[in-house]
Amino acid sequence: MAESDNIVVETAEKIFADLADPQTINNDKKNSWQAPLWQALSEAGLPLSWVPDDLGGSGASLADGFALLNAAGRFAIAVPLAETMLAGWLLAQAKIASPEGEMTVLPASPKDRITLDADGSLSGRARGVPYAKAAKHFAVLAHGKDGAVIALVDAGKGRIESGLNVGYDHSDTVTLDKVQPVTLKPAPDGFDQTTLMLVGGVARSLQIAGALESMLDISVRYSNERVAFEKKISKFQAVQHNLARLAGESAAALAAATSAADAIANATGFNDEVYLEAASAKIRCAEAAEKGGAIAHQVHGAIGFTLEHILHRYSLRALAWRDDFGSESHWAVELGKLVATRGADELWPLVASR
Amino acid sequence: MTAALRFDPIRLPEKCEQLRKEVRAFLAEEIAAGTFDPHKPNREDTDAPEFSRRVGAKGWLGMTWPKKYGGQERSFLERYVVTEEMRVANAPTRRFFVADRQSGPVLIKYAPEHIKMDILPRICRGEICFAIGMSEPNSGSDLFAAKTRATKTDGGYLINGTKIWTSSAHIADYMIAIFRTSQPTKENRRHGLTQFLVKMKQPGIQVNPIGQITGQYEFNEVVFTDFFVPDDHVLGEVDGAWKQATSELAYERSGPERFLETYYVLTELVRAVGSNPDTRSAEGIGRLVAQLHTMRRMSVSVAGMLQAGKEPVVEASIVKDIGTVWEQQLPHRVRDLAAFVEETATNRETLERQLDFAIKTAPKLTIQGGTTEVLRGIIARGLGLR
Ligand SMILES: Cc1cc2nc3c(=O)[nH]c(=O)nc-3n(C[C@H](O)[C@H](O)[C@H](O)COP(=O)(O)OP(=O)(O)OC[C@H]3O[C@@H](n4cnc5c(N)ncnc54)[C@H](O)[C@@H]3O)c2cc1C
Repeated sequence: MAESDNIVVETAEKIFADLADPQTINNDKKNSWQAPLWQALSEAGLPLSWVPDDLGGSGASLADGFALLNAAGRFAIAVPLAETMLAGWLLAQAKIASPEGEMTVLPASPKDRITLDADGSLSGRARGVPYAKAAKHFAVLAHGKDGAVIALVDAGKGRIESGLNVGYDHSDTVTLDKVQPVTLKPAPDGFDQTTLMLVGGVARSLQIAGALESMLDISVRYSNERVAFEKKISKFQAVQHNLARLAGESAAALAAATSAADAIANATGFNDEVYLEAASAKIRCAEAAEKGGAIAHQVHGAIGFTLEHILHRYSLRALAWRDDFGSESHWAVELGKLVATRGADELWPLVASR
Repeated sequence: MTAALRFDPIRLPEKCEQLRKEVRAFLAEEIAAGTFDPHKPNREDTDAPEFSRRVGAKGWLGMTWPKKYGGQERSFLERYVVTEEMRVANAPTRRFFVADRQSGPVLIKYAPEHIKMDILPRICRGEICFAIGMSEPNSGSDLFAAKTRATKTDGGYLINGTKIWTSSAHIADYMIAIFRTSQPTKENRRHGLTQFLVKMKQPGIQVNPIGQITGQYEFNEVVFTDFFVPDDHVLGEVDGAWKQATSELAYERSGPERFLETYYVLTELVRAVGSNPDTRSAEGIGRLVAQLHTMRRMSVSVAGMLQAGKEPVVEASIVKDIGTVWEQQLPHRVRDLAAFVEETATNRETLERQLDFAIKTAPKLTIQGGTTEVLRGIIARGLGLR
């Protein structure tokens, strides 16, 4: 993404470089870096990038926010930045102001459903909710008898069974049992859970692409340092070709994710073309996370398999991010159904739509 | 970052969409008139000279070239749209696509003015066909091992030796070839090759067809015996062809033809599974479409870089590497899914016939125009590994 011509990204990268240097935080066993990082991000208004000024945010464009998430992926940022951004964005869809502090969204999987009861309370279970444990509030998409609603919920009202994803980040199960929300408003026309999953999926795609960029970077650097058989390993053709494949996976992930971000940022509605972009991004980035991550590890040998080395901060998170807001299998089935419904002769017009 | 690979999300401008409609309408008319069958990629006769002229008359050949040479001075993105629509329709482009993609731009860069004025307008009119004479029996990936000699004589050169795997040489009017004018030097083994324009269909050139495993005869052996090429047919620097190769590659390597060659089997599979696919078919199709979409977005992005005057050699190599590996696997993945298609699907036979051909086509896709291994070497160089 265009890091140099984007002030939001520039601000974030400076904070990441100062307070989230991967090697420094990897050595910090007590996670004492998290609070200062979150504070600096908050002071810069980044977690509420997607919230308009009048709703308490900093009113950045969708495009700038997506670029910020790509940068966060390049640093494998492990605070609820993406989650708070998405929550603020979701609330803003219903003109609900965002409170201060960490937030996350639920549901975080297309399979889970929160329902709005007649008494105005919310019930349901959401699994794999990123950073629910750290969140002060939840932004909730629920379904009532009159359609979708968006609600702000005090995190203390939910029951949380905490868990960790493959990348050692919080991924929790949240149960709402007749919880009264702080605020609740109808979702805009046409906005539903799929919309949330698509935008969440693109956010994760950009993070995965960022992580792959860094995996390529550190793998190339390592191959130019490590010596075996009296040669730099970068001189072995097998290693070169592996790294070329990693470059391809990284490039494909970045292309798919930035294209989808661009499509959403410029879309007037969530039509089939946007669906193709967003679903493809999640599918392609997830595949790249697997193939690219495997190569990055292969190039590093045993050192890359250690907790001391930073590689796992990227490789495992990229794998974990595959699961959020619909896995690649989920989106592949849905995209396949969309293509089948449109029919064979409408496939190419869809692919060639922009 | 070590490797600043970027694929910016190019959006095709409005005028491209207008053009796309025109191309689709034109192709629909050609199909209706029986020029070609879009469901039958495996025709025996792949040459379609009249079709080529009609495409030329539309102004769709040499689209990006200067008007004084018969071009339209339109953008690479517009050319991209024409190319992809032709490819997806399985239109018979063999007669013109090499000239349009590759040979024309080389001539524009390196040929003397009177030759440009003579030849380029004829390419734009769809009248002439080009071949590429690089490979030889003992020189493939290692281009610089080429031995076919060009010996200086009065007013030109005498050519002796053999080119091989030369696509379309049997129908070509011209070939752009590299011949050896000097021996390589100790310091530079790439020295000594020169690029030439060769007029085909003349005494001294013998074209021998070679059958391919698909059953088609598309490439050839071309034998030169004391064949005369005049001085003004030298393209660029004598002994310096190696300096001229790279920019050509970006054009050659990133186009839609680098991932759409077997696309037809995907369309046919979608037709066969119908509007209500089972989970397995839906997932399989979804994954293939996601790959296809991503490659196209990368390829469009490279077209945008070309339009911006860049030379995205590494990006183009990445598109070709990923694209050709994918289009090679595609018929096999479609075959996996076709196993579950109902016996009653009305297009079952068409799908099977297409798969048969695509599976035979697949092996060449990662060889022609630079093998996978060669591409990965170029990418590795771009990453600073060699
Ligand atoms: C359908 C088709 C059409 C073609 N049309 C044309 C044409 O119009 N004009 C033309 O000039 N040529 C044409 N070619 C030839 C094509 O460019 C060559 O086949 C290609 O460059 C590979 O050369 P080769 O076949 O001699 O294989 P080789 O170079 O002998 O390679 C054999 C194997 O060794 C590998 N290899 C070679 N060198 C290395 C290395 N340094 N590192 C790792 N692996 C290596 C290759 O990747 C390959 O896997 C065509 C080929 C095909 C299949």
